[in-house]
Amino acid sequence: MTIDWTHFTPMTALTGGIMIGLAAVILILVNGRIAGISGILGGLLTPSKGENAWRVAFLLGMVSAPLIWVVVAALPAIEIDASTPLLVIAGLLVGFGTRMGSGCTSGHGVCGLSRLSPRSLVATTLFMAMGFVTVYIVRHVLGGV
Amino acid sequence: MRTLLFAFISGLIFGVGLLVSGMANPAKVLGFLDLAGVWDPSLALVMVGAILVGLFGFTAARRRTTSLLGHPMRLPDSTVIDRRLVIGALLFGAGWGLAGFCPGPAIVALGAGQAKAVIFVAAMVAGMILFQVFQSWEQRQHTALGS
Repeated sequence: MTIDWTHFTPMTALTGGIMIGLAAVILILVNGRIAGISGILGGLLTPSKGENAWRVAFLLGMVSAPLIWVVVAALPAIEIDASTPLLVIAGLLVGFGTRMGSGCTSGHGVCGLSRLSPRSLVATTLFMAMGFVTVYIVRHVLGGV
Repeated sequence: MRTLLFAFISGLIFGVGLLVSGMANPAKVLGFLDLAGVWDPSLALVMVGAILVGLFGFTAARRRTTSLLGHPMRLPDSTVIDRRLVIGALLFGAGWGLAGFCPGPAIVALGAGQAKAVIFVAAMVAGMILFQVFQSWEQRQHTALGS
């Protein structure tokens, strides 16, 4: 294994991670809700009384982050190399899979591991492992798509 | 009103955290998932930072029956590790590895006006709807078999 020292950003990664943790803690302690993005978005597709407005407000906050950011500083790079067909397949898999598995990187990865949930540990291990395998196949077996 | 304000603030901090950490950038996420290439460990440190804060917050949350604004604490109580959890996580992992996007970063990239993020989020919502269709079909099968 070779570490990519030119792209490795330990300080900003930790700082950003702490902010993500803080956001999840605010939502659970103040509102009593889990900051799982797939659950919040997916929950809006089957609207339930009293659970819709806060979900919309949370998602608006997320969408506003880059809009407020650009007022203060230049946006960091967002490089999306995947082709349109690949993005569609990836999006379908992420949408279907996160609903079926009841969570994504935020719900299982951040909130679930913070709660020491065995279910979330299993889910996080599996989706990370599958992410590693998929990138290995795409980049090193198929030679990039 | 305060509920909505704090939900907005939480989403905003979450989004800024994703931007600060570089995780809103699929290329950086793929740099972490590419173990066999030159590996960027940043994502692991994002998780460490988030979980360190989360451990304290969720421990405090578990001791409460209502939130600070008086809402019931909706902490997941399921402990079942079933086929649904396993297959769902594997499908999600495959999609994550294909594009480098998971739901949070995709929504932030959407806010940043990235056209490709719009495509991804549209497909992701379609995938969520598809799961609901699948689930109600499965339930009908179940009821049909049971009767």
